[in-house]
Amino acid sequence: MGKRTIVPFGPQHPALPEPIHLDLELEDEKVVRAIPSIGYVHRGLEKLAETRDYEQMTYVMERVCGICSFGHSYGYTGAVEGLMDIEIPDRAKYLRVIFHELSRVHSHLLWLGLLADAMGFDSLFMHCWRIREKVLDVFEEITGARVIMSFCKVGGVRKDVTPEMLNKVAGVCNEIEEEVRKTGMVFMKDTSVKNRLVGKGVLSKQEIIDLSAVGPVARGSGFDNDVRTTEPTYKALGFEPILRDEGDCYARCMVRVDEIIQSMNLIRTAIKDIPTGDFCVPVKGPVPVGDFAYRVEQPRGEGFYYVQGNGTKNLSRARVRTPTNINIPALVKTLQGCDLQDVTMLVLTIDPCISCTER
Amino acid sequence: MAYTTKSPWILHYDASSCNGCDIEVLACLTPLYDVERFGIINTGDPKQADILLITGAVNDQNKNVVKQLYEQMPDPKVVVAVGICACSGGVFRDCYNILGGVDTVIPVDVYVPGCAARPESIIDGVVKGLAVLEEKTNKMKEAKR
Repeated sequence: MGKRTIVPFGPQHPALPEPIHLDLELEDEKVVRAIPSIGYVHRGLEKLAETRDYEQMTYVMERVCGICSFGHSYGYTGAVEGLMDIEIPDRAKYLRVIFHELSRVHSHLLWLGLLADAMGFDSLFMHCWRIREKVLDVFEEITGARVIMSFCKVGGVRKDVTPEMLNKVAGVCNEIEEEVRKTGMVFMKDTSVKNRLVGKGVLSKQEIIDLSAVGPVARGSGFDNDVRTTEPTYKALGFEPILRDEGDCYARCMVRVDEIIQSMNLIRTAIKDIPTGDFCVPVKGPVPVGDFAYRVEQPRGEGFYYVQGNGTKNLSRARVRTPTNINIPALVKTLQGCDLQDVTMLVLTIDPCISCTER
Repeated sequence: MAYTTKSPWILHYDASSCNGCDIEVLACLTPLYDVERFGIINTGDPKQADILLITGAVNDQNKNVVKQLYEQMPDPKVVVAVGICACSGGVFRDCYNILGGVDTVIPVDVYVPGCAARPESIIDGVVKGLAVLEEKTNKMKEAKR
């Protein structure tokens, strides 16, 4: 048995765009134990629900995380609508799905880029981010903003999207799919990429259940807990979750590549089937007394939203349970017994979003 | 023009940002905006950095990290606060764990507004920072004489 050394990893680290701190206990080059410590991004925004009314809170909730910002507003407004017993128009439901899937595509492309960057494959990083800009252009053209869009509101969406614009979005989807099929092949076939990913950080299906991991981490190990399978709009679009059995970093990466292609198909079907009509319903008055919980499948996994009303315009509690937070135990498990050089890969393949985790 | 202002190296740190500004900072480095053509390189090492880009407001946990990063950077150095949170606390200014903008902890030279700050304005902020960097370099030279 070698001497034990503790190597600090983070909070400021070249492989991490965000601050998380890990104390890695090493025996020679093997990691024996990893102790995460968080709190560098904690803002305490859930408490703002007491001083902001439920409509203003939508904007605060959007800023839980800038990458999956649409997902957060989707989940929060869904919870408030449930609490207030509002049925939103079908067109708004479809527009939300289109935007949610576009957000997923941009988030996954961003993550594939960061993964390539962490393994030192810079040209691949640049290509992934170049493709991603097409999605941001669509966001900018429809909503006027690139990342935090304020498109969702309680009662529907903020504005309607014209049929011409929707056709354009479908065209962009075709372009992105073509590019992703090419770039995805690099992740799928390239030897240097595979050497870093295949067989690393294996999690079995039982471990996923024990650690209650969510999202692509769970689906990479063959465990289906995709919330989209329970949503009526997604059911109407013929959604089927993507599963793989290997449970290693490569499987998690491939799940995300396949999900990009799948999202493109969902968006195109949604654009074809989108019903006409209103895009929002008027919402007035205070929130009733009671509580409601709502789940949304975000790019990183299941997001859980809980709101509690007290009869005024302010909520007495707004709670978010974010996917990265749930996946941290799975990360710590995979880090035990890995090599030091694999740590960045393992940390990245859970797609950590620290500002989600700490809120 | 001094060599540093021709090819400034950037250190990016996420104080308590929501990621929106962070991904826009990264978007500056990628093909659409590509600041590398101006010689601007993103580095992970404070000892090699000339410009510190900070996104997000400061809280109790990370204020020492921000201070340490600032102190580790060699002079002359410029701090650019990216996004409204880094400028003043923004939408989170009333949160219990937020101390305020980055300037509550370290001196800030350039403020870039926006939520999230657009890549164009981030690049503009860095270019404004270059003028400050040159000024600081000249002051250091004069002090040496």
